[in-house]
Amino acid sequence: MESVLTILSFGPEGWGDDIATGMMVTVSLALATLPFGLVAGYAIARGKLLGDPYLRAAADIYTTIFRGLPELLTLFLVYYGAGIAVRQVMRLAGADTAIEINAFVAGMIALGAVFSAYASEVFVSAFKAIPRGQYEGAYAIGLSHRRTMRLVIWPQLIRLALPGLSNLWMILLKDTALVSVIGLADILRQTSIAARVTREAFLFFLVACLLYLILALLSSIVLSAIERRVTIEGARQ
Amino acid sequence: MSLSTSAESARELPPPELVRRWTRARVAGIALLVLWGLVGLGIVLFLVTSWNPDLFWRYVPRYLSGLWVTIQLVAISMVAGALLSIPVAIGRNSKNRIASGLAYAFVYAFRGTPLIAQTFLVYYGLGSFRPQLEAVGLWWFFREAWYCALFAFTLNTAAYQAEILRGAVASVGRGQWEAAAALGLSRLTTLRKIILPQAFLVALRPYGNELILLIKGSAIVAIITVYDLMGETRRAYAGTFDFQTYIWAALIYLGMVEILRIAIERIERRLTRHLGR
Repeated sequence: MESVLTILSFGPEGWGDDIATGMMVTVSLALATLPFGLVAGYAIARGKLLGDPYLRAAADIYTTIFRGLPELLTLFLVYYGAGIAVRQVMRLAGADTAIEINAFVAGMIALGAVFSAYASEVFVSAFKAIPRGQYEGAYAIGLSHRRTMRLVIWPQLIRLALPGLSNLWMILLKDTALVSVIGLADILRQTSIAARVTREAFLFFLVACLLYLILALLSSIVLSAIERRVTIEGARQ
Repeated sequence: MSLSTSAESARELPPPELVRRWTRARVAGIALLVLWGLVGLGIVLFLVTSWNPDLFWRYVPRYLSGLWVTIQLVAISMVAGALLSIPVAIGRNSKNRIASGLAYAFVYAFRGTPLIAQTFLVYYGLGSFRPQLEAVGLWWFFREAWYCALFAFTLNTAAYQAEILRGAVASVGRGQWEAAAALGLSRLTTLRKIILPQAFLVALRPYGNELILLIKGSAIVAIITVYDLMGETRRAYAGTFDFQTYIWAALIYLGMVEILRIAIERIERRLTRHLGR
């Protein structure tokens, strides 16, 4: 028991500090991906709902691709594909330097693309749940399109989209574990290293799973606080 | 200009102005479609220029065997998970606090952690208990990456499927149970003849989504040295450093998921045609 406490401690013999940095990396990757994924997902949802068949088709291709590909494959495509693209551009520019693609950035792009593809569907169904009368009422009292969106539509949209987006956040948090495969020092990577060095694989992977559970638990606390805040008593759900 | 002539000429005019108008959305839509077209063309050109018959025919059988491994993995764990999900769902609904608590913990733990971490925990982690596993005669099972992957995937999908099952059964109204009880049907008959057929319609789409998620998730077994489609792709890339290996894999996965998605949609439309929705 004492040895377990030692190897999990935050000292020089322990792996606690390494795993804590891994946790920071996991959380920051998920947090960095979120705004990009939300904005892109919203934009794609608008593209699908503007009523133009060409724009809709372009948006549908995007969702089909990024919802259909395994996340791990998307990650590899971005990681190796971007590496090849950068090398080609550098060769055309005459410079022959090997540039490493940052695993964090590759993870952000790949996970952001997947998140936005799913988020666009959440936003689409949320938009569809808001009746036309809300827009008509807002225009009738003289609000501009922009103010209609800001004052009338968005408050309802957030409430309708929040459960779906909460789910996507949980999925995003778990998908960050995939980026460890291309070398990002996240929870899973750090615990893998510790497992290999100390030969205590079960202990360390159990710790990894527990840490993801803790992150999920913390997220659900924060998300339900947000949900309470945007929900209005007696409002139509 | 008289009214009648303008009406006559209007009849000969091409479709209304609205269709031909170049709104910003249309311009953006066409620009994006052209962009997609260019991307598609680029991929086709890349595949054509890097076409190498020797390489292609050497790797086709490997990709097919990888695809077969993926299909087996997904099919077996989906079915085993479905069986395992039944007691879990019953436990979740049980009035026994211990049973429902255990079932809830199972579901929460497997849904709250990444599948890749669970797979590592089973494959690398259970290796720590080799003497104990050998003692109970289970080591042959947990020694193989393939069985470990099956084990982890089954548990994972069982947790998700238990929630689908529970939600679907709960979606059937109480009145259905009460009416069946009033007719003197036993609980098991009610479940089999009345509740499950209705629950199945609700559950079809979530089950389909779970199947698709499992196919996509199965790619991670490549990390623990199972040569599924992704594993064969990684091996091919390591052997050739040719990016087209990944493009082929992407096309196969996309094709597989799209076919499934369309099939599920068709089945659902067929089965719910009496509901008129």
